[in-house]
Amino acid sequence: MRRNVLPGLRLSLGVTLLYVSLIVVLPLAALVFKAASLGLGDYWQIVSSPRALASYRVTVLAALGATLFNLVFGLALAWVLVRYRFPGRRIVDAMVDLPFALPTAVAGIALTALFTSNGVFGSILSDVGIKVAYTPLGIMIAMCFTSLPFIVRTVQPVLEDLDPALEEAAQSLGGSDGAIFRKVILPLLTPALLAGVSLSFARSLGEFGAIIFIAGNQPMSTEITALLIFIRLEEYDYQAAAAIASVLLLAAFLMLAVTNWLQARALRYTVRN
Amino acid sequence: MRAFRTGRTPPRVGDGPFFRRALIGAVLIVGAFLILAPLLIIGVEAFAKGWQVYRDTILHPDTRHAIMLTVLAALIAVPVNTAFGVAAAWAITKFDFRGKAFLLVVIEIPFSVSPIVAGVAYLFVYGLQGLFGPTLDAYGIKILFAIPGIVLASMFVTAPFVARELIPLMQAQGRDLEEAAASLGASGWRTFFSVTLPNIKWALLYGVVLCNARVMGEFGAVSVVSGNIRGQTNTLPLHIELLYHDYQAAGAFASASILALIAVFTIIAKVALERQGAGRVRQAANPAENAS
Repeated sequence: MRRNVLPGLRLSLGVTLLYVSLIVVLPLAALVFKAASLGLGDYWQIVSSPRALASYRVTVLAALGATLFNLVFGLALAWVLVRYRFPGRRIVDAMVDLPFALPTAVAGIALTALFTSNGVFGSILSDVGIKVAYTPLGIMIAMCFTSLPFIVRTVQPVLEDLDPALEEAAQSLGGSDGAIFRKVILPLLTPALLAGVSLSFARSLGEFGAIIFIAGNQPMSTEITALLIFIRLEEYDYQAAAAIASVLLLAAFLMLAVTNWLQARALRYTVRN
Repeated sequence: MRAFRTGRTPPRVGDGPFFRRALIGAVLIVGAFLILAPLLIIGVEAFAKGWQVYRDTILHPDTRHAIMLTVLAALIAVPVNTAFGVAAAWAITKFDFRGKAFLLVVIEIPFSVSPIVAGVAYLFVYGLQGLFGPTLDAYGIKILFAIPGIVLASMFVTAPFVARELIPLMQAQGRDLEEAAASLGASGWRTFFSVTLPNIKWALLYGVVLCNARVMGEFGAVSVVSGNIRGQTNTLPLHIELLYHDYQAAGAFASASILALIAVFTIIAKVALERQGAGRVRQAANPAENAS
């Protein structure tokens, strides 16, 4: 092995480990410790209470809906940005990042203003009998907004690097556009799409600021899990807050593992080709 | 075949004029509803009660205090995070050590954790029911429901922001230049400032800009640890919530317009930095980085 002549390992690694330990690991460990101090019976009772279960249900269902919407819209948006040239394309490309740049609380009140029954969109939708604000649909729309960039930004670079020769070969063999998209292009995009989906879903599960303004926050129907944690804190029920937070933390770790696994698989796929 | 004869690029999949127009149209319409409309409505609602109300809200002592606190949190959290990001990138890309892949995953954790969970976690470290809370309280040190808590929570949510821009770039650049500088007798700091820094400055700035936007806009984590005391521990996002629930919608949107403006400037800065090449390597190297 080559001897490393560069200085600064001890300082840089020391700073890194200290920072990561104090800022990231210690708080999460404290949370797990607090939740674990409950004992299995009490813990289970809290995390499987009807109100908690209802909160998981609405959170997961809305996150699934939002991710599905973003899968279709995000792919279409990435396609349009990469494949077509039209006036204003660069501006649209830049605007895709707005959900990341705009603070969630600002997005929350803006979406609420648009979708309440006397808002610009809400008034039109309520005429046809659709209520968005203060319903699960509102939660879904807030999640759509905050997680939109993930799928666009994971698919975009892959779409840019797609070899035109593959399409030409398929075209010369007489494939229709639809068939080529399904059988040649989509399989190549799948790893990136899945990575974007898992990021988008994970973000939606934990989202708070954008949702609480538009959600209505009724227990058992429009109360997301992150809000239930917040409510338990305000009631000074710290143990329950710790227990439910640990469920959300577990879900986050699960999604992180899935994302890393998908990206490792995507890498193997590209290396093989 | 027609492509070979005319010398023009062949029509690719989805290039039919009807499909192309329909898809661009559909995407732009949905995009306008989902992305553009929220941005516009902030401006509309902020001035709904007129210029005077807007001016009064912005100049109100509580708003000014919230702005100051937000700027203060960013002034502390962003430089500390930047130093951490540089140190982490240097250690990870310039040296080999065991557990590197694991360290990379740990640095990325805050991306996946809900901001509310982050806030609660800090409560169990520094709160009265937490690990160090009682001891800190005995010495009269206040971390939660005060500025240090806000800064710490902001540091958690933005911990990966600078590191994830630098690591893939410095990985791609390799170690040769630094090793040459060091073997010619340059000190570590000199090597960093004269050799490494010029090569990573745009990516570094890119990370700083995104980190700053997130610190100034963080809501969930900060709302748990701040205690929400009007005129004392309210950052701008928390101030917006307070006004909104006080039925002062115009005031809430006026305050929100400041943050929306910062978001727009962040995007402009991001585009400008991408023109310098920042952010490119991350996209290309992202899968590799996570699999290593």
